[in-house]
Amino acid sequence: MKYITEFRRPDLAEKLLSQIKRRSRSQARIMEFCGGHTVTIFRYGIRQALPANLEMVSGPGCPICVTANADLDKAIALARTPGVIIATFGDMLRVPGSRSSLQEVMAEGADVRMVYSTMDALQIAEETPDKSVVFLGIGFETTAPTIAASILQAGDRGIGNYYVLSMHKLCPPVIRAILDSGEVNLQGLICPGHVCAVIGSDPWESVASKYGIPCVVSGFEPLDVLQSVSMLVDQIESGESRVEIAYRRGVQPGGNRQALKLMEQVFEPCPAQWRGMGEVPDSGLRLREEYRRFDAEHAFDIAPGPAYEPKGCICGDILRGVKTPAECRLFGKTCTPEHPVGPCMVSSEGSCSAHYLYGGDVEG
Amino acid sequence: MCLAIPALIKSIEDKEAEAEVGGISRRISLWLTPEAKAGDYVLVHTGYAINIIDQEEAEETLKLLEEIAELSGEED
Ligand code: SF4
Repeated sequence: MKYITEFRRPDLAEKLLSQIKRRSRSQARIMEFCGGHTVTIFRYGIRQALPANLEMVSGPGCPICVTANADLDKAIALARTPGVIIATFGDMLRVPGSRSSLQEVMAEGADVRMVYSTMDALQIAEETPDKSVVFLGIGFETTAPTIAASILQAGDRGIGNYYVLSMHKLCPPVIRAILDSGEVNLQGLICPGHVCAVIGSDPWESVASKYGIPCVVSGFEPLDVLQSVSMLVDQIESGESRVEIAYRRGVQPGGNRQALKLMEQVFEPCPAQWRGMGEVPDSGLRLREEYRRFDAEHAFDIAPGPAYEPKGCICGDILRGVKTPAECRLFGKTCTPEHPVGPCMVSSEGSCSAHYLYGGDVEG
Repeated sequence: MCLAIPALIKSIEDKEAEAEVGGISRRISLWLTPEAKAGDYVLVHTGYAINIIDQEEAEETLKLLEEIAELSGEED
């Protein structure tokens, strides 16, 4: 497949690796922000292939994993509301909230539909005018513009029974929150390629300058990741901290203007709850006043009750890059992809699931 | 979850396009990339083209990687 297979060539991967090995001297910890990168790194055995002085840690870049239980509980409570159809990306179904998952309430008769796109959700709303269709707005800046577009389309097409529960999260604010906490010491950051396809690389400038951390925007094929590591190593070894784009075919410094415009038209920043991190200012998106009528929080009385965290699960620490899945006592025992205890084991891009499926450091 | 895959735009009708994703034809939305044309490759995320792939930059990157490979062949 064009733009995929060329970036998987093993011969080039090998050469990039030997370049990294030759040039990398210092001990350095590099965070891959995005769960998509975590999967590439594990699937292609990149962690093990890198020299021992380079340590990779996974970041909070899995929208499902970082969704706080209080928000999940709202979605589940909405699914139980008579006359409501929930439309959601499939990954959400099995995520355990405080008391149940969407899949469990589905088994009890709730109408939950898995969709591939908000376009499908709009279609459901058009075809079932006597029901309210609530789309679960989960995702980072990659996804938020698509949800904004769906709200504008609902307006254009006069679809009055379409709502969004906005649980969107923004990436640069949370990285700054993690760095401000001082809990994790990083020498490099692999920035999320498809988030940056929308927001560009410019928003990372403050991370590079204020915290002195080299940042490289990466694509998702193995050569993309290796090229990014190689660029980070060059910066680390020369004592620089700049923002660079390795994923030039997909990312411009200023991002996608049209996507940003639609996102800003429909949403405004608001504080958001992150699993393991609590409330982070300006790290979420809510619907602006003019689009209130599409806001599920506004349209429905949602009272999910108090939120609880799964007992023994350390997803929060893992998402902050402070602990690894192997340090969780439940990992691979009570908690497996078949019977997940926490979201990092449910989501295909969660750290726990990547560690479980592709192994590597089960022994720590 | 931020998965996006390259797709080739075949034809455009209003704000939607017929695109080929890994040999399969699919309708995608161009709401976020109104300047996309037939023959462009776009990155598709949940049914929306979120950016146009810069084909020249892709070639440049591959060339750079080839150069690194040659260089490291000489140094090895
Ligand atoms: S292994 Fe399971 S219980 Fe432990 S942190 Fe991961 S998801 Fe939570």
